[in-house]
Amino acid sequence: MNELNLTTAWRDPEVARGLLARIERTVAGYRGEMTLMEVCGTHTMAIYQHGIRALLPETIRLISGPGCPVCVTPVDYVDHAVALVRRPDTIITTFGDMVRVPGSSSSLLHEQARGAQIRIVYSPLDAVALAARNPDKQVVFLGVGFETTTPTVAGAILVAEKQGLTNFSVLGSHKTMPAPMAALTNDPELQVDGYICPAHVSTIIGVNAYRPLVEQCRVPCVVTGFEPLDMLRGIEMLARQVVEGRAEVENEYSRVVKPDGNPKARRILETVFEPCDATWRGIGTIPGSGLKIRTEYADYNAIRKLPVSVEKPVEHTGCQCGEILKGKVRPGDCPLFRTACTPENPVGACMVSSEGTCAAEYKYGNIS
Amino acid sequence: MNPDIILLGHGSGGKLSHQLLDDIIIPALSGVAPEQQNDAAVLPAVDGELAFTTDSYVVDPIFFPGGNIGDLAVNGTVNDLAMAGAEPVAISVGLILEEGLAITELRKVLESMRQAADAAGVKIVTGDTKVVPRGKGDKIFINTAGIGRIPAGRKIGGNAAKPGDKVLINGAIGDHGMAVLASREGLELNSDIETDSAALNDLVEALFTACGEDLHVLRDPTRGGVATTLREIAGQSRVDITLDETALPIHESVRGACAILGLDPLFVANEGKLLAIVTADRAEPALQAMRRHPAGGEAAIIGEVSAVSSGRVLMRTTIGGLRAIEMLAGEQLPRIC
Repeated sequence: MNELNLTTAWRDPEVARGLLARIERTVAGYRGEMTLMEVCGTHTMAIYQHGIRALLPETIRLISGPGCPVCVTPVDYVDHAVALVRRPDTIITTFGDMVRVPGSSSSLLHEQARGAQIRIVYSPLDAVALAARNPDKQVVFLGVGFETTTPTVAGAILVAEKQGLTNFSVLGSHKTMPAPMAALTNDPELQVDGYICPAHVSTIIGVNAYRPLVEQCRVPCVVTGFEPLDMLRGIEMLARQVVEGRAEVENEYSRVVKPDGNPKARRILETVFEPCDATWRGIGTIPGSGLKIRTEYADYNAIRKLPVSVEKPVEHTGCQCGEILKGKVRPGDCPLFRTACTPENPVGACMVSSEGTCAAEYKYGNIS
Repeated sequence: MNPDIILLGHGSGGKLSHQLLDDIIIPALSGVAPEQQNDAAVLPAVDGELAFTTDSYVVDPIFFPGGNIGDLAVNGTVNDLAMAGAEPVAISVGLILEEGLAITELRKVLESMRQAADAAGVKIVTGDTKVVPRGKGDKIFINTAGIGRIPAGRKIGGNAAKPGDKVLINGAIGDHGMAVLASREGLELNSDIETDSAALNDLVEALFTACGEDLHVLRDPTRGGVATTLREIAGQSRVDITLDETALPIHESVRGACAILGLDPLFVANEGKLLAIVTADRAEPALQAMRRHPAGGEAAIIGEVSAVSSGRVLMRTTIGGLRAIEMLAGEQLPRIC
């Protein structure tokens, strides 16, 4: 059997109708509204892509949290990348979305139009290969992402070390889950009744990673897959926990996510990276929520290796990305949405990234 | 000794240029004898309206599963004529070759152009060749322009979709874009996806026979894919178009590759597909006409024109939800045709 057929199997309309009816029954009689937050950009996209929000009973309110790695990256990181690529000997390599994120006064896309060398890659190993082919250039990979991609960045550094490359480095802004979920649960202005926990991140960190959060914050968590039937099942499991007053970690995506995640990937990650405090756009600094390159691998850390002067960061006035990332504001409530801020001319990262809440609302949300 | 690669001298207008034209390009494309060659092709007069179109091809890589830049360039221009309801009469070919291109590769491309032109029943009547220094081009760029004759009484256009009309496509979505992408360096997608590049003029004739005046719109969803093309039609006709996700023909391999790369097949380019918008009562005959044709075996009715409005495209999703389909801000995949 072609394993790719699995995507179709998880979109069956009959089963979807059954799950929607079950959700209705689960929340029937529940007083008030329950707020469920997804903290993964792919979930944000899936909710819009399949039109899930409008299919749910009014009791359930879905909000998007800080799950898009590009969106939570602070503006000074973009400024740093811009400063690096202005060095004549430097090639910046990155996953696609980062090039369009506006910095304080420029973006990588603008720099590219002015002649800077920027390459989109699908894997950090492509950046290592590029460094091997260009020994007279410094090749910097923009390491932005959660635990899903960080092991591959760690792997790339180990490969570069093995090959003896001295012209490959990483500008890191790696973040981890579930630290921001605890921060948001403790935010008095925000009432999150349950988390749709990320799928890809959980394949690495495992279901057990959410246990301390659940125990400390008493908030229901369900690790959920990306296909529409996964989403509906995950939402039903969460709603049931809320209705029954339970707070547990459950795993809807057990066909992929294991209790202990992927220990091998974590070992590779921990060889190269160590925990650090990290700044999340819109949320601020969360202790222990980031990963930095260990001093043993400082030769592969662009911050240490290629010093540049970075302009003072300027956040764009009026942009509500920060509040949107906390789920406090919906894209339509931002005065810039669809007017000053569009995918062609994005003001904030939430409109740039293909996983951003504003981009999703812009792309799929105009249905009323 | 004849060189085995393109040299700057092949574009000089001198001896090497003539050799390239007389030995390789003209025999492959048109076969016009040297004594009959002039600065311009002379075409016989035709009755009625003419359609005229041009397109340039810069696809990277130039060879990809199921085709190459040559057949793409011929089929693309034939299809642009066909989408105007025209029967293609003649096309021109402008070649921009990069110094260093292997002559064997050029021959392959030219052979494909000739085969595609023969299959579409159109003649390549004029052309031009230039050579640019290494690094100033990318192997080969091709411009084709075409002239077609529009039979009397055909009135189709992007502004002619009416509420109640049905939207049809002649087969699976996204094959071309994903075939090209899968053959790019650095993307090890082990897939069996082939381009759908094909001339559609014969299929268009079959649709006119089946629908007559009830055929309202014809468009080929090339760059930007089905989504972008339908947005254009919805805007021109000032209607909403609602697609049924369960009805969209998409090969599993394309669906899977798109899922891995985070692409939406609705925005991926096609080179052998057309969208036809016809009155509801002609939808079934049109579908049957497509399915009987070699270029329409996987044809489907994928949606309908739902209301007069400002031009939105909506999709009823597999699980019964509704979402909007907007145009892409940037290019999803650069240099796909």
